[in-house]
Amino acid sequence: MKTLEATKLADLAAALTAAGYRVIAPCQRGDQVHLECYQAGKTLRADVIPVNSAKDALFPRSEVIGRYRFEGNEFETVPVAPQAGKTVLLAVRPCDAAALAPLDAVFNWDYKDEFYNAHRDATTVVALACTAADDQCFCTSVGGSPDSTANADAVLRPADGGKRFILESLTDKGQAIAAAGQAVLTEGQAQADPPAQVAPAFDSAAVTAWAKDGFDSPLWKELSLACMGCGACAYTCPTCHCFDIQDEATRREGVRLRNWDACGFGLFTKHAGGHNPRHDQASRWRQRVMHKFAYFPERFEMLACTGCGRCGRLCGNGMSIREVCSQIEQAAQAGVK
Amino acid sequence: MSNLYQPTVMRIASARDEAPEIRTFRLEFTDDQYKQDFYKKYRVGMFGLYGLPGAGESTFCVASPPTRTDYIECTFRRTGRVTAALQDREAGQTITFRGPYGNSFPIDQWKGRNIIFIAGGIALPPVRSVIWNVLDRRSEFGKVTIVYGARTVADLVYKDELAQWEAMDDVELITTVDPGGETADWKGKIGFVPTVVKDSAPSPEDCVAVVCGPPIMIKFTLPVLTDLGFAAGDIFTTLENRMKCGIGKCGRCNVGSLYVCKDGPVFTVEQVGKMPQGDL
Repeated sequence: MKTLEATKLADLAAALTAAGYRVIAPCQRGDQVHLECYQAGKTLRADVIPVNSAKDALFPRSEVIGRYRFEGNEFETVPVAPQAGKTVLLAVRPCDAAALAPLDAVFNWDYKDEFYNAHRDATTVVALACTAADDQCFCTSVGGSPDSTANADAVLRPADGGKRFILESLTDKGQAIAAAGQAVLTEGQAQADPPAQVAPAFDSAAVTAWAKDGFDSPLWKELSLACMGCGACAYTCPTCHCFDIQDEATRREGVRLRNWDACGFGLFTKHAGGHNPRHDQASRWRQRVMHKFAYFPERFEMLACTGCGRCGRLCGNGMSIREVCSQIEQAAQAGVK
Repeated sequence: MSNLYQPTVMRIASARDEAPEIRTFRLEFTDDQYKQDFYKKYRVGMFGLYGLPGAGESTFCVASPPTRTDYIECTFRRTGRVTAALQDREAGQTITFRGPYGNSFPIDQWKGRNIIFIAGGIALPPVRSVIWNVLDRRSEFGKVTIVYGARTVADLVYKDELAQWEAMDDVELITTVDPGGETADWKGKIGFVPTVVKDSAPSPEDCVAVVCGPPIMIKFTLPVLTDLGFAAGDIFTTLENRMKCGIGKCGRCNVGSLYVCKDGPVFTVEQVGKMPQGDL
């Protein structure tokens, strides 16, 4: 088997960079860890779940989807092609890899989104099996597991008490990573460490069942009281994919941008005429939960939540999908509509 | 695969002010391939994204029927930044377009049936494309009735076409304005659309209804139609949710698990009744 010394994760990132990959890896930034482009000198951290999710690499927070030039009162549109270089998501968590399924679904279910697919095709996913979890983790409640290899091209398994990783290639793309990183990999034996224990937080089937008839529940108001509508949960969520389209222009030229948006924002659904179907934070929070646990499963037969727990870690008011779903399950058990 | 968000450029063949702040563009395709693709797909009820680089895009219906193949038309109110920038364009200039998107009115299933069109204010454009589509294929359908109302006489759109429909022997046109909105020479009715529909008591016998208008008009018109005996599955309307992509990606037009941009915008009242009402 191929192994990598734990201290050599950055060396693998460097080798892959030298092989022409854009390496997105968990990099230390101040006292936080972010998934960002590896550069020489950056410290990689495999022991902390990064603040942001891997979706950033496939569905950038801001992406040029149109371009134009002005000439007096007239304009000329300029064709735009996706800028998608060969990329590896190195040491991303199984919950990040799992999120590619809902993203693949929405960007391809009818019209095929050229931008997303260009990034997706150019991307190799090297997952990092989790041997530790924190209080916000709940992958096991939404069909995942800390050592899941779903959507991964290769997986790094911590081994020998964290001293090294075992690199398993699962696809041709994964093989290419092993080949490109050959110089820093060792052929040898290692004992994989046991996966993290992630205690189930709630029964997602019960949440989905309750949500089916739960649209008008008075519970939503209570569940959403702490929500400030800041959108941090959506931006950090690996599956949230709602976007806005905005133009930015000077007098001579401009771009059309696809920017992340969030259903928690008041303007998200507001009609030009003033009517807003989701006119309060309770209805917007309800949409967030219902979309993940009722609407998305109804449409695409999968949950739009992978249990990464980022929404809970980041929320300024301590809200999280995990907490809300637990409360919904309790309500369902108590027969509360 | 190609860039779904790349619009085509349309030339404004003519621009016409319909009513205060409401303007109609007649648009000609500058790209023949886009034009051909458009007409392969276009059915009445579908919509497009009309835009101006630097300002953005707005969603309106295609207000002309697929039986008119030299141009498309759109009619829209000046409401915000994008619509203001679009309305400031003049004949001879260009704007952008993406489409057609969404589903359509199933008019082929209405063959031989009577149709009543009920519209209020700026909601005549989506209905107008259906009206002309039906009138261009007049022999295939039964009795055609149009009820159209606006707040004031000045707010009525397509005044020339109202006169044309009025003059047709095989179309019954009822126009109305809200009380106080009439002028000295107004010859139509005075009253709210629901009341006028109730008074004219159209027969539900083998009849479909197309109802588009402000939420308040729809709210009071639907019970009238139900009382008259119209089945919820025979009443068609359109939902006008905010959209950005128009192609089932951006997530903002969702009502429950539906994408209004893909599953709609045309729905029967029966379908609307099954949606989460608090999201409408």
